[in-house]
Amino acid sequence: MNIREILKQRILILDGAMGTMIQRYSLEEKDFRNDGLQNHPKPLKGNNDLLSFTRPDVIKAIHRQYFDAGADIIETNTFSGTVIAQADYDLGQDWVDKINFESAKIAKEVAVEVTALNPAKPRFVAGAMGPTNRTLSLSPDVNDPGYRAVTFDELVSAYKQQARKLLEGGADLLLIETIFDTLNAKAALYAVDELFEELGKHYPVMISGTITDASGRTLSGQTTEAFLISMQHMPLLSIGLNCALGASALRPYLQVLSGKSDFFVSAYPNAGLPNEFGEYDESPAAMAKQVEEFCKEGLVNILGGCCGTTPDHIKAIADMASNYSPRILHLASGA
Amino acid sequence: MNKDYTLRLSGLEPLVITKETNFVNVGERTNVTGSKMFLRLIKEGNFEEALAVARQQVEGGAQVIDINMDEGMIDGVEAMVRFLNLIASEPDISRVPIMIDSSKWEIIEAGLKCVQGKCIVNSISMKGGEEEFIRQAKIVKRFGAAVIVMLFDEVGQADNYERRIEIAERAYRILTEKVHFPAGDIIFDPNIFPVATGMEEHRRNAIDFFRGSKWITENLPGAKISGGVSNVSFSFRGNDKVREAMHSAFLYHGIQNGMTMGIVNPSQLEVYDQIDKDLLEHVEDVLLDRRDDATERLLEYAEKVKGKGKEKVLDLEWRNAPVTERLSHALVKGIVEFIDEDTEEARQQFARPLEVIEGPLMAGMNIVGDLFGSGKMFLPQVVKSARVMKKAVAYLMPYMDAEKKLSGDTSTSQGKILMATVKGDVHDIGKNIVGVVMACNNFEIIDIGVMVPAEKILETALREKVDVIGLSGLITPSLDEMVHVAKEMERLGLKIPLLIGGATTSRAHTAVKIDPVYSGPVVHVLDASKSVPVAQSLISKDQLAGTTAKFKAEYEQFRIDYKNRRKEKNFVGLNQARAKKMALTYEDIVAPTFLGNKTLIDFPLEQLRERIDWTPFFLTWELAGKYPSIFEDKIIGVEAKKLFEDANKMLDEVIAGKLLQAKGVFGMYEANSYGDDVKIKVNNSEEISFHFLRQQNEKAADQPYLCLADFVAPIESGKQDYMGFFAVTAGIGIEPLIEKYEADHDDYNSIMIKAIADRLAEAFAEKMHELVRTEYWGFGKGEQLTNEEIIREKYISIRPAPGYPACPDHTEKRKLFNLLNAEKETGITLTENYAMYPTAAVSGFYFAHPDSKYFAVGKISKDQVEDYAKRKGESLEYMEKWLSPNLGYDN
Repeated sequence: MNIREILKQRILILDGAMGTMIQRYSLEEKDFRNDGLQNHPKPLKGNNDLLSFTRPDVIKAIHRQYFDAGADIIETNTFSGTVIAQADYDLGQDWVDKINFESAKIAKEVAVEVTALNPAKPRFVAGAMGPTNRTLSLSPDVNDPGYRAVTFDELVSAYKQQARKLLEGGADLLLIETIFDTLNAKAALYAVDELFEELGKHYPVMISGTITDASGRTLSGQTTEAFLISMQHMPLLSIGLNCALGASALRPYLQVLSGKSDFFVSAYPNAGLPNEFGEYDESPAAMAKQVEEFCKEGLVNILGGCCGTTPDHIKAIADMASNYSPRILHLASGA
Repeated sequence: MNKDYTLRLSGLEPLVITKETNFVNVGERTNVTGSKMFLRLIKEGNFEEALAVARQQVEGGAQVIDINMDEGMIDGVEAMVRFLNLIASEPDISRVPIMIDSSKWEIIEAGLKCVQGKCIVNSISMKGGEEEFIRQAKIVKRFGAAVIVMLFDEVGQADNYERRIEIAERAYRILTEKVHFPAGDIIFDPNIFPVATGMEEHRRNAIDFFRGSKWITENLPGAKISGGVSNVSFSFRGNDKVREAMHSAFLYHGIQNGMTMGIVNPSQLEVYDQIDKDLLEHVEDVLLDRRDDATERLLEYAEKVKGKGKEKVLDLEWRNAPVTERLSHALVKGIVEFIDEDTEEARQQFARPLEVIEGPLMAGMNIVGDLFGSGKMFLPQVVKSARVMKKAVAYLMPYMDAEKKLSGDTSTSQGKILMATVKGDVHDIGKNIVGVVMACNNFEIIDIGVMVPAEKILETALREKVDVIGLSGLITPSLDEMVHVAKEMERLGLKIPLLIGGATTSRAHTAVKIDPVYSGPVVHVLDASKSVPVAQSLISKDQLAGTTAKFKAEYEQFRIDYKNRRKEKNFVGLNQARAKKMALTYEDIVAPTFLGNKTLIDFPLEQLRERIDWTPFFLTWELAGKYPSIFEDKIIGVEAKKLFEDANKMLDEVIAGKLLQAKGVFGMYEANSYGDDVKIKVNNSEEISFHFLRQQNEKAADQPYLCLADFVAPIESGKQDYMGFFAVTAGIGIEPLIEKYEADHDDYNSIMIKAIADRLAEAFAEKMHELVRTEYWGFGKGEQLTNEEIIREKYISIRPAPGYPACPDHTEKRKLFNLLNAEKETGITLTENYAMYPTAAVSGFYFAHPDSKYFAVGKISKDQVEDYAKRKGESLEYMEKWLSPNLGYDN
């Protein structure tokens, strides 16, 4: 069944944090290297995207745990899979291609496997496209606010490469996430739109922004409504928010999206705010309880978790969400 | 097909244009073809002042700003990109949507790549044929922008009614049917041409625009109308009076006919209703082509009214403030325009240039830091503020150098500081600010950027022989990375002091995780201003040992406390806590002189003024120090004194003009405690209970578990006791004052009046308490206390407020208010969350027992919450909600 049809029937569940789960494996530098990377001069530990082909067993196991916990959609392990983000590790085009293709491939393998067990609940793979570590709207140089460390064209080309390989590897849809600079996301949409035109085929696109602090704005300064307006020009599958805040702090901004968006609405908050040791310690039950408020108010169509969440969190959320019906799309919807 | 024709635009904030939207002002001064001054600024590369022009537009009411760089002498693409990037760092400007205006496609495309919000492209047309038109429209759509379509085709510009509708209809069909452009995002510019030129064929220029607009609005669903208004008055250049009238009249008729937005200079507009009737008639005769001699008559009339145009001035009110406030204003608002002259003025006022930095500039940066911390400023603004700071410091540098030469001080810096954002983290704003501030204080800063691995930090530190290493990070994994760096430093046997800073860092984390792994000095610094003295003491040879020992000891203590705290979460059961209540006797109970309520209306403000406790007033303004010694403070003394003078000036006005009114009510009732409740007798037939909470955090064996009810004689004692209640405000009449100040954008005075009203209300509470003690209740008759002693609460009895630590349940306030009939008697209202409005208000209970004292209930356990809910007749969930900060368990 088409994902849009399923979304009209129930709240879909996205997976939780990848990094938090990887940490449990206490991996070492050698785990991040395969034959081709043996002599790579830079340390690679921490470049989690590489694990999709250096330790596919680990990544597949994590995907599987999230599916088993009740996730309908899992994200590929490609948060930093652009030439821009990988430049920090001196990894070029070929490695980036490999990251995206292999990540999508193994995720799809797990999805197919799990779907076969219960065909009534089809599982989807979202190709994750992170924000990169450069911003188009902010200058990294305090003395020269007009300076930019990256150009729009560079981002378009980087995102286009990533999206292409994710789809080739088997991703069912694309998820542009953790958007802290809307202009970066615009470049991603631009790239995806061009790619779809070239491929002659459209795939569902999810958009997820990040509200950074108490001001209720993105890092680049936009309010939630301004962000929505800036992203509305493509027929998106969904728009939503993730990361940075815990569930309860996210609610007022979700209300804005829910009230004004013609698309499905998604939310995957952190497991609370980090404590003073940087650990996310909100329990699955506590998080599910907060997220339940979204469901009670009918704010969301897709739910999941970001930093600090685990299969236990996703299970708690999935169990809770099964009791609620999804947000109803506006009739005026052009989506 | 989407039938929603709303035009939604965005800068940092949304701009939603519906049918009901009257008219959207597009600012036109940031256009090199329309403004000579702007052209000159761009040509000279003076982008700072060019930005000021944009800011002025937004402040002047522009809802969108048009930006045009079409001039032969400048590189349009470069200028557009540079200017748009700069605007992105100016939230005061970029909050509104941008209109990218150019006749050159490459400039438009370059501009689209710089704007995060949904902007408007101005413009595309069918001048170059249908194919090119479609190509451009597709790209505009891909960028998610709205578009202005100029009514122009292969043949030429539409200059009459028929051509206007012909081209508009064709363009609309192509856009909606072939490009699938959202109809609501299509804006036509039906060409505004000059009137009253003396040429016969120009007579219908305005009226054809109006008719064309009307046709488009009625026949092309969703399409909007825009135009450059100033064109219409081209023949009256130099005659602002006529031009302003003509623009207003044109807009008036344009809007009637469907014009949605227009490029206008908002400061060059007369209000339509206020146009001189005679002039208006002459102008409209021309616009609507009502008479054959309309042009001659207007020209003639124009001669008479020449040169009387109105000039709107920019809000430069802040320029009148004292220089220290101007500097702080410039810092907070990120305005660089006047910073050199203001810095110079400050330099002349202070003994040494460094004092300018340490005084007003740092004070300003502190405000910025606080605003940022509380979510009232966001990142781009803070960056801007840092830039202003840097400029000011740059201005002072030569003077500081000269001073050094004069004093023979040849050392170049106080010390070398290495700064880095640790590996895995890209956030460097905070680090940059600290760097700026430290550099201001004459430290040499070696900033090695972001994502720096430990090896590089240590290698650089050793090579450069730095005196201090500063690590920064914003995301949580950076905390672990900092521990890693500290471990590496220890492994290499270093002793270089380590400063830890950044949003996720904390004293707790530094003390518990970082300090123990490094034997050298480690200090967590809260913000930029705090890092300076710490760095100084760590670099000074005399102070290093002492400072290190001090912080090591402090963190050691913190770790011990932390461990204990973790363990200590032990509660005693409610029954046990009750059994160990404070042992009190109830001997000398004094009966009040009357029972019931008494209202004090219009209490003399002069009397309250004497009672003001000024120390919290300065805290409100973020000046920490005790009154009056705060005036002696080297850094904030001058500011504090100024503030104090301003406050007193305002108090003079408030008192003389009776601008605020103080109202209060209090009541005294027979009362006895029943366990943790106090029951009072309202009258012969009615009793009500006030409910209190008891401490439950485990204490030393001989310490009692306090509850306010214990201060009232228990019913078992057989003694008749009493309890008092009060509510006061000094904020009646404050709204119009605040409104007036806010209308003036005078935040300073608006905050000042609120701060003063708050102080007066507190003073009133104090004064009323005194009257109760010495007269109405009388247990304190004969007390002889100085004002200072009263402020330090050296008297008998307490007046705790519901919602505060001794009685944290806000919901009790409702009963208190009902008992006193306080809303009616004082004009204070309670919000649904039991906040008092006006905010300058205080309410609470009086306990007269000689041993009564303030305390904090602290965390309580579930047995008490259940008991309390039962006593109040509320559900457990309800009480858990209101007492959530006090719950010692997860609910």
